[in-house]
Amino acid sequence: METLMDVRNLSVTYGRGAGAMQAVRNVSFTLGRERLGIVGESGSGKSTIGRALLKLLPTATITADRMDFMGTDLIRASERRMLDIRGARISMILQDPKFSLNPVQRVGDQIAEAYAVHHRGARREAREKALEMLEAVQIRDPERVYRLYPHEISGGMGQRVMIAMMLVPEPEVIIADEPTSALDVTVRMKVLGILDALVRERGIGLIMISHDLNLVRNFCDRVLIMYAGQVVEALPAGELAHARHDYTRGLIAAQPHIGGDRAPLAVLRREESWKRPLAEVQA
Amino acid sequence: MTAVAMHPPLPSRLAGLRSAADYLGTIVRHLAGNASSLFGLVVISVLIVLAVFAPLIATQDPYLQNLQDVLQPPSWAHFFGTDEVGRDVFSRIVYGSRITLTIIALVAVIVGPIGLAVGTLAGYFGGWFDTVLMRITDIFLSFPSLILSLAFVAALGAGLENAIVAIALTSWPPIARLARAETLTLRGTDYVAAAKLQGASSARIIWKQIVPMCMPSVLVRLTLSMATVILTAAGLGFLGLGAQPPLPEWGAMIAIGRRYMLESWWLVAFPGGAILAVSLAFNLIGDGLRDALDPKQRRGRH
Repeated sequence: METLMDVRNLSVTYGRGAGAMQAVRNVSFTLGRERLGIVGESGSGKSTIGRALLKLLPTATITADRMDFMGTDLIRASERRMLDIRGARISMILQDPKFSLNPVQRVGDQIAEAYAVHHRGARREAREKALEMLEAVQIRDPERVYRLYPHEISGGMGQRVMIAMMLVPEPEVIIADEPTSALDVTVRMKVLGILDALVRERGIGLIMISHDLNLVRNFCDRVLIMYAGQVVEALPAGELAHARHDYTRGLIAAQPHIGGDRAPLAVLRREESWKRPLAEVQA
Repeated sequence: MTAVAMHPPLPSRLAGLRSAADYLGTIVRHLAGNASSLFGLVVISVLIVLAVFAPLIATQDPYLQNLQDVLQPPSWAHFFGTDEVGRDVFSRIVYGSRITLTIIALVAVIVGPIGLAVGTLAGYFGGWFDTVLMRITDIFLSFPSLILSLAFVAALGAGLENAIVAIALTSWPPIARLARAETLTLRGTDYVAAAKLQGASSARIIWKQIVPMCMPSVLVRLTLSMATVILTAAGLGFLGLGAQPPLPEWGAMIAIGRRYMLESWWLVAFPGGAILAVSLAFNLIGDGLRDALDPKQRRGRH
Protein backbone atom coordinates (compact mmCIF):
# COMPACT_ATOMS: atom_id res chain seq x y z
CA MET A 1 0.00 0.00 0.00
CA GLU A 2 1.14 3.52 -0.80
CA THR A 3 2.43 5.38 2.24
CA LEU A 4 1.09 8.90 2.82
CA MET A 5 2.74 9.59 6.15
CA ASP A 6 5.67 8.01 7.86
CA VAL A 7 6.34 9.19 11.40
CA ARG A 8 9.37 8.00 13.36
CA ASN A 9 9.97 8.67 17.05
CA LEU A 10 7.64 11.62 17.44
CA SER A 11 7.85 13.24 20.88
CA VAL A 12 6.06 16.27 22.23
CA THR A 13 7.39 18.00 25.32
CA TYR A 14 5.81 20.78 27.34
CA GLY A 15 8.10 22.99 29.36
CA ARG A 16 11.80 22.41 29.68
CA GLY A 17 14.40 21.37 32.21
CA ALA A 18 13.30 19.58 35.35
CA GLY A 19 9.63 20.51 34.99
CA ALA A 20 9.40 19.18 31.45
CA MET A 21 6.45 16.97 30.74
CA GLN A 22 6.49 14.58 27.82
CA ALA A 23 2.96 14.29 26.47
CA VAL A 24 3.93 12.06 23.57
CA ARG A 25 6.94 9.73 23.68
CA ASN A 26 8.64 8.15 20.67
CA VAL A 27 5.54 7.43 18.67
CA SER A 28 6.11 5.82 15.26
CA PHE A 29 3.52 4.87 12.70
CA THR A 30 2.77 4.91 9.01
CA LEU A 31 -0.42 5.90 7.28
CA GLY A 32 -1.57 4.69 3.88
CA ARG A 33 -4.86 5.29 2.13
CA GLU A 34 -6.67 3.69 5.03
CA ARG A 35 -8.49 4.35 8.25
CA LEU A 36 -6.07 4.44 11.14
CA GLY A 37 -7.56 4.60 14.61
CA ILE A 38 -5.78 6.02 17.64
CA VAL A 39 -7.42 5.06 20.93
CA GLY A 40 -6.46 5.83 24.46
CA GLU A 41 -7.85 7.29 27.65
CA SER A 42 -7.92 11.05 28.13
CA GLY A 43 -4.48 12.51 28.65
CA SER A 44 -2.80 9.68 26.79
CA GLY A 45 -1.59 12.11 24.11
CA LYS A 46 -3.76 11.09 21.18
CA SER A 47 -5.09 14.57 20.36
CA THR A 48 -1.61 15.98 20.87
CA ILE A 49 -0.33 13.72 18.10
CA GLY A 50 -2.96 15.11 15.74
CA ARG A 51 -1.92 18.68 16.39
CA ALA A 52 1.78 17.84 16.39
CA LEU A 53 1.44 16.48 12.85
CA LEU A 54 0.28 19.95 11.77
CA LYS A 55 2.80 21.66 14.05
CA LEU A 56 0.06 23.58 15.80
CA LEU A 57 1.31 23.38 19.36
CA PRO A 58 2.77 26.83 20.02
CA THR A 59 3.83 26.09 23.61
CA ALA A 60 5.34 22.65 23.06
CA THR A 61 8.57 21.32 21.61
CA ILE A 62 8.02 18.78 18.87
CA THR A 63 10.85 16.42 17.97
CA ALA A 64 10.98 13.48 15.62
CA ASP A 65 13.54 11.57 13.60
CA ARG A 66 11.26 11.89 10.64
CA MET A 67 7.76 13.13 9.94
CA ASP A 68 7.43 12.43 6.26
CA PHE A 69 4.34 13.50 4.37
CA MET A 70 4.45 12.52 0.69
CA GLY A 71 8.05 13.53 0.32
CA THR A 72 7.99 16.57 2.62
CA ASP A 73 9.59 16.28 6.02
CA LEU A 74 7.13 18.19 8.20
CA ILE A 75 9.47 18.39 11.16
CA ARG A 76 11.92 20.46 9.12
CA ALA A 77 9.37 22.37 7.05
CA SER A 78 9.23 26.16 7.48
CA GLU A 79 6.12 27.87 8.86
CA ARG A 80 5.43 29.27 5.39
CA ARG A 81 5.54 25.76 3.96
CA MET A 82 3.24 24.56 6.75
CA LEU A 83 0.67 27.22 5.83
CA ASP A 84 0.47 25.65 2.37
CA ILE A 85 0.12 22.16 3.79
CA ARG A 86 -2.35 22.86 6.57
CA GLY A 87 -5.87 22.60 5.31
CA ALA A 88 -4.89 22.11 1.69
CA ARG A 89 -3.16 18.75 2.09
CA ILE A 90 -3.65 17.69 5.69
CA SER A 91 -6.68 18.89 7.54
CA MET A 92 -8.33 18.21 10.84
CA ILE A 93 -11.91 17.84 11.97
CA LEU A 94 -12.49 19.11 15.47
CA GLN A 95 -14.65 17.59 18.14
CA ASP A 96 -17.51 19.99 18.68
CA PRO A 97 -19.10 21.91 15.81
CA LYS A 98 -20.72 24.27 18.33
CA PHE A 99 -17.36 25.81 19.08
CA SER A 100 -15.44 25.25 15.89
CA LEU A 101 -17.72 27.32 13.66
CA ASN A 102 -17.55 31.09 13.90
CA PRO A 103 -20.90 32.14 15.39
CA VAL A 104 -21.23 35.36 13.38
CA GLN A 105 -20.52 34.04 9.90
CA ARG A 106 -22.88 32.16 7.62
CA VAL A 107 -21.81 28.53 7.42
CA GLY A 108 -21.59 28.66 3.63
CA ASP A 109 -19.25 31.64 3.78
CA GLN A 110 -17.05 29.77 6.22
CA ILE A 111 -16.73 26.85 3.84
CA ALA A 112 -16.03 29.25 0.96
CA GLU A 113 -13.43 30.97 3.15
CA ALA A 114 -11.69 27.62 3.69
CA TYR A 115 -11.41 27.34 -0.07
CA ALA A 116 -10.34 30.95 -0.51
CA VAL A 117 -7.43 30.51 1.93
CA HIS A 118 -5.69 28.38 -0.66
CA HIS A 119 -7.15 29.84 -3.85
CA ARG A 120 -6.75 33.60 -3.95
CA GLY A 121 -9.43 35.77 -5.51
CA ALA A 122 -11.95 33.25 -6.79
CA ARG A 123 -15.07 34.19 -4.87
CA ARG A 124 -17.64 32.85 -7.28
CA GLU A 125 -15.80 29.60 -7.60
CA ALA A 126 -15.43 29.36 -3.82
CA ARG A 127 -19.18 29.71 -3.42
CA GLU A 128 -19.88 27.01 -5.97
CA LYS A 129 -17.33 24.70 -4.35
CA ALA A 130 -18.94 25.29 -0.97
CA LEU A 131 -22.38 24.38 -2.30
CA GLU A 132 -20.93 21.31 -3.97
CA MET A 133 -19.29 20.25 -0.70
CA LEU A 134 -22.49 20.74 1.29
CA GLU A 135 -24.13 18.38 -1.14
CA ALA A 136 -21.25 15.93 -0.83
CA VAL A 137 -21.79 15.69 2.95
CA GLN A 138 -25.44 14.86 2.30
CA ILE A 139 -27.02 18.15 3.27
CA ARG A 140 -30.35 18.55 1.58
CA ASP A 141 -31.08 21.95 0.11
CA PRO A 142 -27.52 23.35 0.27
CA GLU A 143 -28.66 26.75 -1.07
CA ARG A 144 -30.71 27.30 2.07
CA VAL A 145 -28.16 25.88 4.50
CA TYR A 146 -25.45 28.05 2.92
CA ARG A 147 -27.19 31.14 4.31
CA LEU A 148 -27.75 29.83 7.82
CA TYR A 149 -25.74 30.80 10.88
CA PRO A 150 -24.19 28.12 13.11
CA HIS A 151 -26.83 28.56 15.82
CA GLU A 152 -29.56 27.79 13.30
CA ILE A 153 -28.32 24.31 12.43
CA SER A 154 -28.30 21.09 14.45
CA GLY A 155 -25.19 19.48 15.89
CA GLY A 156 -25.08 16.73 13.29
CA MET A 157 -25.51 19.24 10.50
CA GLY A 158 -22.81 21.38 12.12
CA GLN A 159 -20.38 18.48 12.12
CA ARG A 160 -21.14 17.80 8.48
CA VAL A 161 -20.56 21.49 7.72
CA MET A 162 -17.27 21.20 9.60
CA ILE A 163 -16.32 18.18 7.49
CA ALA A 164 -17.32 20.06 4.33
CA MET A 165 -15.14 22.97 5.47
CA MET A 166 -12.14 20.72 5.95
CA LEU A 167 -12.74 18.85 2.70
CA VAL A 168 -13.21 21.74 0.35
CA PRO A 169 -9.48 22.21 -0.37
CA GLU A 170 -9.35 18.45 -1.12
CA PRO A 171 -6.71 17.28 1.36
CA GLU A 172 -4.93 13.94 1.12
CA VAL A 173 -4.94 13.27 4.84
CA ILE A 174 -7.68 14.03 7.34
CA ILE A 175 -7.16 13.89 11.06
CA ALA A 176 -10.49 13.49 12.80
CA ASP A 177 -10.20 14.37 16.47
CA GLU A 178 -13.15 12.65 18.11
CA PRO A 179 -15.44 13.75 15.28
CA THR A 180 -18.50 12.03 16.68
CA SER A 181 -18.21 12.49 20.45
CA ALA A 182 -20.56 15.47 20.48
CA LEU A 183 -23.17 13.77 18.32
CA ASP A 184 -25.97 11.39 19.13
CA VAL A 185 -25.83 7.81 17.95
CA THR A 186 -27.95 8.03 14.79
CA VAL A 187 -26.14 11.11 13.50
CA ARG A 188 -22.85 9.46 14.40
CA MET A 189 -23.49 6.66 11.91
CA LYS A 190 -24.21 9.18 9.18
CA VAL A 191 -21.01 11.13 9.82
CA LEU A 192 -18.96 7.95 9.93
CA GLY A 193 -20.58 6.88 6.67
CA ILE A 194 -19.41 10.11 5.05
CA LEU A 195 -15.86 9.69 6.35
CA ASP A 196 -15.85 6.07 5.20
CA ALA A 197 -16.95 7.06 1.71
CA LEU A 198 -14.12 9.60 1.55
CA VAL A 199 -11.51 6.96 2.22
CA ARG A 200 -12.98 4.54 -0.28
CA GLU A 201 -13.89 6.95 -3.08
CA ARG A 202 -11.26 9.65 -2.86
CA GLY A 203 -8.46 7.59 -1.44
CA ILE A 204 -7.92 9.84 1.57
CA GLY A 205 -5.80 8.76 4.51
CA LEU A 206 -7.85 9.09 7.67
CA ILE A 207 -6.52 9.25 11.21
CA MET A 208 -9.38 8.71 13.60
CA ILE A 209 -8.69 9.81 17.15
CA SER A 210 -11.18 8.41 19.61
CA HIS A 211 -11.67 7.05 23.08
CA ASP A 212 -14.38 4.74 21.86
CA LEU A 213 -12.80 1.34 21.38
CA ASN A 214 -15.89 -0.19 19.83
CA LEU A 215 -16.23 2.53 17.27
CA VAL A 216 -12.60 2.29 16.25
CA ARG A 217 -12.78 -1.49 16.17
CA ASN A 218 -15.70 -1.48 13.76
CA PHE A 219 -14.69 1.50 11.67
CA CYS A 220 -10.93 1.47 11.27
CA ASP A 221 -8.50 -0.75 9.40
CA ARG A 222 -5.68 -0.50 11.92
CA VAL A 223 -5.58 0.64 15.52
CA LEU A 224 -2.86 2.23 17.65
CA ILE A 225 -3.45 1.88 21.37
CA MET A 226 -1.91 4.62 23.46
CA TYR A 227 -1.09 4.75 27.11
CA ALA A 228 0.77 7.55 28.91
CA GLY A 229 2.08 9.10 25.70
CA GLN A 230 3.32 5.90 24.11
CA VAL A 231 1.88 3.54 21.55
CA VAL A 232 1.72 0.34 23.56
CA GLU A 233 0.33 -1.74 20.75
CA ALA A 234 -0.46 -1.42 17.04
CA LEU A 235 -2.56 -4.01 15.30
CA PRO A 236 -5.22 -4.52 12.65
CA ALA A 237 -8.69 -3.77 13.96
CA GLY A 238 -9.88 -7.31 13.29
CA GLU A 239 -7.21 -8.76 15.54
CA LEU A 240 -8.02 -6.71 18.64
CA ALA A 241 -9.35 -9.84 20.24
CA HIS A 242 -5.86 -11.31 20.10
CA ALA A 243 -4.14 -8.28 21.61
CA ARG A 244 -0.97 -9.07 23.49
CA HIS A 245 -0.40 -6.05 25.67
CA ASP A 246 -2.03 -6.22 29.10
CA TYR A 247 -3.48 -2.74 28.76
CA THR A 248 -5.27 -3.53 25.51
CA ARG A 249 -6.53 -6.78 26.96
CA GLY A 250 -7.74 -4.94 30.02
CA LEU A 251 -9.60 -2.44 27.85
CA ILE A 252 -11.32 -5.18 25.90
CA ALA A 253 -12.16 -7.15 29.01
CA ALA A 254 -13.78 -4.08 30.54
CA GLN A 255 -16.27 -3.80 27.67
CA PRO A 256 -19.72 -5.18 28.27
CA HIS A 257 -21.28 -7.01 25.37
CA ILE A 258 -24.76 -7.99 24.51
CA GLY A 259 -25.32 -11.69 25.15
CA GLY A 260 -22.30 -11.96 27.40
CA ASP A 261 -22.57 -13.45 30.87
CA ARG A 262 -23.68 -11.28 33.73
CA ALA A 263 -20.57 -11.59 35.83
CA PRO A 264 -19.09 -8.31 37.01
CA LEU A 265 -16.87 -6.73 34.32
CA ALA A 266 -13.16 -6.73 34.82
CA VAL A 267 -11.75 -3.56 36.33
CA LEU A 268 -9.08 -1.89 34.22
CA ARG A 269 -5.69 -2.13 35.91
CA ARG A 270 -2.99 0.40 35.24
CA GLU A 271 0.54 -0.67 35.94
CA GLU A 272 3.45 1.67 36.55
CA SER A 273 5.65 -0.51 34.38
CA TRP A 274 3.61 0.47 31.30
CA LYS A 275 4.76 4.03 31.71
CA ARG A 276 8.41 3.11 31.32
CA PRO A 277 9.86 3.82 27.88
CA LEU A 278 8.89 1.00 25.60
CA ALA A 279 12.37 0.13 24.37
CA GLU A 280 13.20 -0.76 27.93
CA VAL A 281 10.16 -2.93 28.30
CA GLN A 282 11.06 -4.93 25.28
CA ALA A 283 14.72 -5.22 26.15
CA MET B 1 -36.55 21.24 -3.77
CA THR B 2 -39.49 23.36 -2.80
CA ALA B 3 -37.49 25.38 -0.31
CA VAL B 4 -35.20 26.52 -3.11
CA ALA B 5 -38.20 27.94 -4.91
CA MET B 6 -39.21 29.74 -1.74
CA HIS B 7 -35.79 31.37 -1.43
CA PRO B 8 -34.77 32.25 -4.97
CA PRO B 9 -30.97 32.31 -5.09
CA LEU B 10 -30.00 35.95 -5.25
CA PRO B 11 -26.60 37.04 -6.44
CA SER B 12 -24.58 36.87 -3.25
CA ARG B 13 -23.50 40.50 -3.27
CA LEU B 14 -27.08 41.76 -3.51
CA ALA B 15 -28.12 39.41 -0.73
CA GLY B 16 -25.24 40.74 1.37
CA LEU B 17 -26.34 44.33 0.82
CA ARG B 18 -29.90 43.51 1.71
CA SER B 19 -28.94 41.72 4.88
CA ALA B 20 -26.70 44.64 5.89
CA ALA B 21 -29.67 46.98 5.42
CA ASP B 22 -31.85 44.60 7.44
CA TYR B 23 -29.25 44.56 10.17
CA LEU B 24 -29.03 48.36 10.26
CA GLY B 25 -32.82 48.52 10.35
CA THR B 26 -32.89 46.18 13.33
CA ILE B 27 -30.41 48.34 15.21
CA VAL B 28 -32.27 51.57 14.46
CA ARG B 29 -35.54 49.97 15.54
CA HIS B 30 -33.91 48.83 18.75
CA LEU B 31 -32.58 52.33 19.44
CA ALA B 32 -35.96 53.90 18.68
CA GLY B 33 -37.65 51.53 21.11
CA ASN B 34 -35.94 53.08 24.12
CA ALA B 35 -36.80 56.63 25.15
CA SER B 36 -33.29 57.77 26.04
CA SER B 37 -31.55 56.30 23.01
CA LEU B 38 -34.39 57.65 20.86
CA PHE B 39 -33.51 61.10 22.19
CA GLY B 40 -29.89 60.48 21.21
CA LEU B 41 -30.90 59.30 17.78
CA VAL B 42 -33.09 62.39 17.22
CA VAL B 43 -30.40 64.84 18.36
CA ILE B 44 -27.74 63.25 16.17
CA SER B 45 -30.12 63.18 13.20
CA VAL B 46 -30.88 66.87 13.75
CA LEU B 47 -27.14 67.56 13.95
CA ILE B 48 -26.56 65.77 10.66
CA VAL B 49 -29.47 67.58 8.96
CA LEU B 50 -28.17 70.93 10.26
CA ALA B 51 -24.68 70.21 8.97
CA VAL B 52 -25.80 69.02 5.55
CA PHE B 53 -28.36 71.77 4.93
CA ALA B 54 -26.57 74.55 6.83
CA PRO B 55 -26.83 77.12 4.01
CA LEU B 56 -30.59 76.54 3.77
CA ILE B 57 -31.29 76.54 7.51
CA ALA B 58 -29.07 79.41 8.60
CA THR B 59 -30.85 82.75 8.40
CA GLN B 60 -27.68 84.72 7.73
CA ASP B 61 -24.06 84.39 6.73
CA PRO B 62 -22.28 83.22 9.92
CA TYR B 63 -19.33 85.53 9.22
CA LEU B 64 -21.38 88.62 8.33
CA GLN B 65 -20.71 91.38 10.85
CA ASN B 66 -23.29 94.06 11.52
CA LEU B 67 -21.99 96.62 13.96
CA GLN B 68 -25.44 98.27 14.15
CA ASP B 69 -26.92 95.10 15.65
CA VAL B 70 -24.40 94.20 18.35
CA LEU B 71 -25.38 92.00 21.31
CA GLN B 72 -29.06 91.86 20.42
CA PRO B 73 -31.15 89.54 22.63
CA PRO B 74 -33.04 86.66 20.96
CA SER B 75 -35.85 87.94 18.75
CA TRP B 76 -37.69 86.93 15.58
CA ALA B 77 -34.98 88.54 13.49
CA HIS B 78 -32.21 86.72 15.35
CA PHE B 79 -33.49 83.52 17.00
CA PHE B 80 -30.50 83.20 19.33
CA GLY B 81 -29.54 86.89 19.37
CA THR B 82 -26.34 88.42 17.99
CA ASP B 83 -22.76 88.49 19.27
CA GLU B 84 -20.31 91.31 20.01
CA VAL B 85 -19.76 92.09 16.31
CA GLY B 86 -23.38 91.58 15.30
CA ARG B 87 -23.13 88.06 13.84
CA ASP B 88 -26.25 85.91 14.07
CA VAL B 89 -25.68 83.31 16.85
CA PHE B 90 -28.26 80.89 15.41
CA SER B 91 -26.52 80.81 12.02
CA ARG B 92 -23.17 80.37 13.68
CA ILE B 93 -24.43 77.41 15.71
CA VAL B 94 -25.90 75.85 12.56
CA TYR B 95 -22.58 76.19 10.74
CA GLY B 96 -20.74 75.07 13.89
CA SER B 97 -22.49 71.72 13.61
CA ARG B 98 -20.38 71.10 10.50
CA ILE B 99 -17.20 71.60 12.49
CA THR B 100 -18.41 69.36 15.31
CA LEU B 101 -19.40 66.64 12.88
CA THR B 102 -16.06 66.90 11.06
CA ILE B 103 -14.18 66.51 14.32
CA ILE B 104 -16.26 63.49 15.34
CA ALA B 105 -16.01 61.80 11.96
CA LEU B 106 -12.27 62.34 11.58
CA VAL B 107 -11.48 61.28 15.12
CA ALA B 108 -13.59 58.15 14.72
CA VAL B 109 -11.97 57.30 11.40
CA ILE B 110 -8.46 57.71 12.85
CA VAL B 111 -9.04 56.21 16.29
CA GLY B 112 -11.09 53.15 15.35
CA PRO B 113 -8.57 51.52 13.00
CA ILE B 114 -5.54 52.45 15.14
CA GLY B 115 -7.09 51.10 18.32
CA LEU B 116 -8.36 47.99 16.58
CA ALA B 117 -5.02 47.30 14.91
CA VAL B 118 -2.92 47.81 18.05
CA GLY B 119 -5.31 45.81 20.22
CA THR B 120 -5.83 42.82 17.94
CA LEU B 121 -2.14 42.55 17.00
CA ALA B 122 -1.03 42.76 20.63
CA GLY B 123 -3.68 40.32 21.77
CA TYR B 124 -3.17 37.83 18.97
CA PHE B 125 0.62 37.62 18.95
CA GLY B 126 1.13 38.09 22.68
CA GLY B 127 4.61 37.81 24.20
CA TRP B 128 7.05 40.71 24.07
CA PHE B 129 5.13 42.29 21.18
CA ASP B 130 2.05 42.52 23.39
CA THR B 131 4.10 43.87 26.29
CA VAL B 132 5.68 46.64 24.19
CA LEU B 133 2.40 47.75 22.58
CA MET B 134 0.43 47.66 25.81
CA ARG B 135 3.08 49.59 27.78
CA ILE B 136 2.93 52.31 25.10
CA THR B 137 -0.84 52.27 25.50
CA ASP B 138 -0.44 52.53 29.27
CA ILE B 139 1.81 55.58 28.87
CA PHE B 140 -0.90 57.31 26.84
CA LEU B 141 -3.56 56.26 29.32
CA SER B 142 -1.63 57.54 32.32
CA PHE B 143 -2.15 61.18 31.28
CA PRO B 144 -5.55 62.83 31.56
CA SER B 145 -6.74 63.12 27.96
CA LEU B 146 -7.37 66.86 28.01
CA ILE B 147 -3.89 67.58 29.39
CA LEU B 148 -2.31 65.28 26.82
CA SER B 149 -4.20 66.83 23.93
CA LEU B 150 -3.26 70.28 25.26
CA ALA B 151 0.36 69.24 25.16
CA PHE B 152 0.03 67.88 21.63
CA VAL B 153 -1.74 71.00 20.35
CA ALA B 154 0.83 73.20 22.05
CA ALA B 155 3.55 71.22 20.28
CA LEU B 156 1.81 71.04 16.88
CA GLY B 157 0.44 74.56 16.92
CA ALA B 158 -3.10 75.83 17.44
CA GLY B 159 -5.73 75.06 14.83
CA LEU B 160 -8.63 72.79 14.04
CA GLU B 161 -6.61 70.12 12.15
CA ASN B 162 -4.02 69.87 14.88
CA ALA B 163 -6.76 69.68 17.50
CA ILE B 164 -8.26 66.72 15.65
CA VAL B 165 -4.87 65.00 15.46
CA ALA B 166 -4.25 65.67 19.15
CA ILE B 167 -7.64 64.33 20.18
CA ALA B 168 -7.15 61.24 18.04
CA LEU B 169 -3.75 60.64 19.59
CA THR B 170 -5.26 60.66 23.06
CA SER B 171 -8.39 58.60 22.43
CA TRP B 172 -7.08 55.41 20.81
CA PRO B 173 -5.69 53.71 23.95
CA PRO B 174 -9.02 52.66 25.51
CA ILE B 175 -10.09 51.18 22.16
CA ALA B 176 -6.80 49.28 21.88
CA ARG B 177 -7.25 47.87 25.38
CA LEU B 178 -10.77 46.77 24.63
CA ALA B 179 -9.80 45.14 21.33
CA ARG B 180 -6.92 43.35 23.03
CA ALA B 181 -9.16 41.99 25.77
CA GLU B 182 -11.63 40.70 23.19
CA THR B 183 -8.83 39.20 21.12
CA LEU B 184 -7.40 37.36 24.12
CA THR B 185 -10.69 35.52 24.63
CA LEU B 186 -11.17 34.96 20.90
CA ARG B 187 -7.75 33.57 20.09
CA GLY B 188 -8.38 30.50 22.23
CA THR B 189 -11.67 29.61 20.59
CA ASP B 190 -12.06 26.51 18.47
CA TYR B 191 -13.08 28.39 15.37
CA VAL B 192 -9.82 30.29 15.39
CA ALA B 193 -8.08 26.92 15.81
CA ALA B 194 -10.16 25.64 12.90
CA ALA B 195 -9.03 28.58 10.77
CA LYS B 196 -5.42 27.77 11.66
CA LEU B 197 -6.02 24.15 10.70
CA GLN B 198 -7.20 25.38 7.31
CA GLY B 199 -3.82 26.99 6.82
CA ALA B 200 -5.02 30.57 7.25
CA SER B 201 -2.17 33.01 7.95
CA SER B 202 -2.16 35.19 11.06
CA ALA B 203 -3.13 38.27 9.08
CA ARG B 204 -6.08 36.42 7.58
CA ILE B 205 -7.24 35.12 10.95
CA ILE B 206 -7.06 38.57 12.52
CA TRP B 207 -8.90 40.20 9.63
CA LYS B 208 -11.54 37.57 8.98
CA GLN B 209 -12.17 36.00 12.37
CA ILE B 210 -11.09 38.40 15.10
CA VAL B 211 -11.81 41.89 13.79
CA PRO B 212 -15.49 41.17 12.99
CA MET B 213 -15.99 39.79 16.49
CA CYS B 214 -14.40 42.88 18.07
CA MET B 215 -16.47 45.30 16.00
CA PRO B 216 -19.60 45.55 18.17
CA SER B 217 -17.83 46.43 21.40
CA VAL B 218 -15.39 48.73 19.64
CA LEU B 219 -18.27 50.57 17.95
CA VAL B 220 -20.05 51.00 21.28
CA ARG B 221 -16.91 52.23 22.96
CA LEU B 222 -16.20 54.59 20.06
CA THR B 223 -19.69 56.09 20.27
CA LEU B 224 -19.41 56.55 24.01
CA SER B 225 -16.02 58.22 23.68
CA MET B 226 -17.44 60.66 21.11
CA ALA B 227 -19.02 62.56 24.01
CA THR B 228 -15.55 63.07 25.49
CA VAL B 229 -14.19 63.99 22.07
CA ILE B 230 -16.80 66.74 21.67
CA LEU B 231 -16.06 68.08 25.13
CA THR B 232 -12.31 68.00 24.54
CA ALA B 233 -12.69 69.73 21.17
CA ALA B 234 -14.89 72.38 22.75
CA GLY B 235 -12.40 72.69 25.61
CA LEU B 236 -9.52 73.21 23.19
CA GLY B 237 -11.61 75.72 21.28
CA PHE B 238 -12.44 77.50 24.51
CA LEU B 239 -8.76 77.73 25.41
CA GLY B 240 -8.01 79.15 21.97
CA LEU B 241 -6.03 76.09 20.87
CA GLY B 242 -8.67 74.50 18.66
CA ALA B 243 -10.68 76.20 15.94
CA GLN B 244 -9.46 79.75 15.43
CA PRO B 245 -11.69 82.83 15.90
CA PRO B 246 -13.72 83.51 12.78
CA LEU B 247 -14.71 79.81 12.63
CA PRO B 248 -18.06 79.27 14.36
CA GLU B 249 -16.80 76.48 16.63
CA TRP B 250 -19.05 76.10 19.69
CA GLY B 251 -16.26 76.06 22.28
CA ALA B 252 -14.61 79.10 20.75
CA MET B 253 -18.00 80.89 20.71
CA ILE B 254 -18.35 80.29 24.44
CA ALA B 255 -14.83 81.55 25.04
CA ILE B 256 -15.61 84.87 23.37
CA GLY B 257 -19.11 85.09 24.80
CA ARG B 258 -17.74 84.61 28.31
CA ARG B 259 -16.69 88.28 28.39
CA TYR B 260 -20.25 89.45 27.80
CA MET B 261 -21.90 86.66 29.76
CA LEU B 262 -23.43 88.76 32.55
CA GLU B 263 -25.43 91.05 30.24
CA SER B 264 -25.75 88.79 27.19
CA TRP B 265 -26.47 85.26 28.44
CA TRP B 266 -27.43 84.01 24.94
CA LEU B 267 -23.82 84.15 23.73
CA VAL B 268 -22.88 81.35 26.12
CA ALA B 269 -26.17 79.58 26.77
CA PHE B 270 -26.95 78.50 23.18
CA PRO B 271 -23.53 77.09 22.15
CA GLY B 272 -23.28 75.54 25.62
CA GLY B 273 -26.69 73.96 25.19
CA ALA B 274 -25.66 72.60 21.80
CA ILE B 275 -22.50 71.01 23.23
CA LEU B 276 -24.49 69.56 26.12
CA ALA B 277 -27.18 68.13 23.86
CA VAL B 278 -24.79 66.54 21.39
CA SER B 279 -22.44 64.97 23.94
CA LEU B 280 -25.40 63.70 25.96
CA ALA B 281 -26.90 62.31 22.77
CA PHE B 282 -23.73 60.35 21.98
CA ASN B 283 -23.66 58.94 25.48
CA LEU B 284 -27.27 57.83 25.31
CA ILE B 285 -26.91 56.38 21.84
CA GLY B 286 -23.79 54.52 22.97
CA ASP B 287 -25.76 52.96 25.81
CA GLY B 288 -28.51 52.02 23.41
CA LEU B 289 -26.02 50.54 20.94
CA ARG B 290 -24.55 48.44 23.70
CA ASP B 291 -27.95 46.96 24.34
CA ALA B 292 -28.51 46.37 20.65
CA LEU B 293 -25.10 44.97 19.70
CA ASP B 294 -23.92 43.26 22.84
CA PRO B 295 -26.87 41.48 24.44
CA LYS B 296 -24.53 39.72 26.89
CA GLN B 297 -23.81 42.99 28.67
CA ARG B 298 -27.38 44.19 28.58
CA ARG B 299 -28.08 46.14 31.70
CA GLY B 300 -31.35 46.09 33.57
CA ARG B 301 -33.78 48.41 31.80
CA HIS B 302 -36.72 49.98 33.53
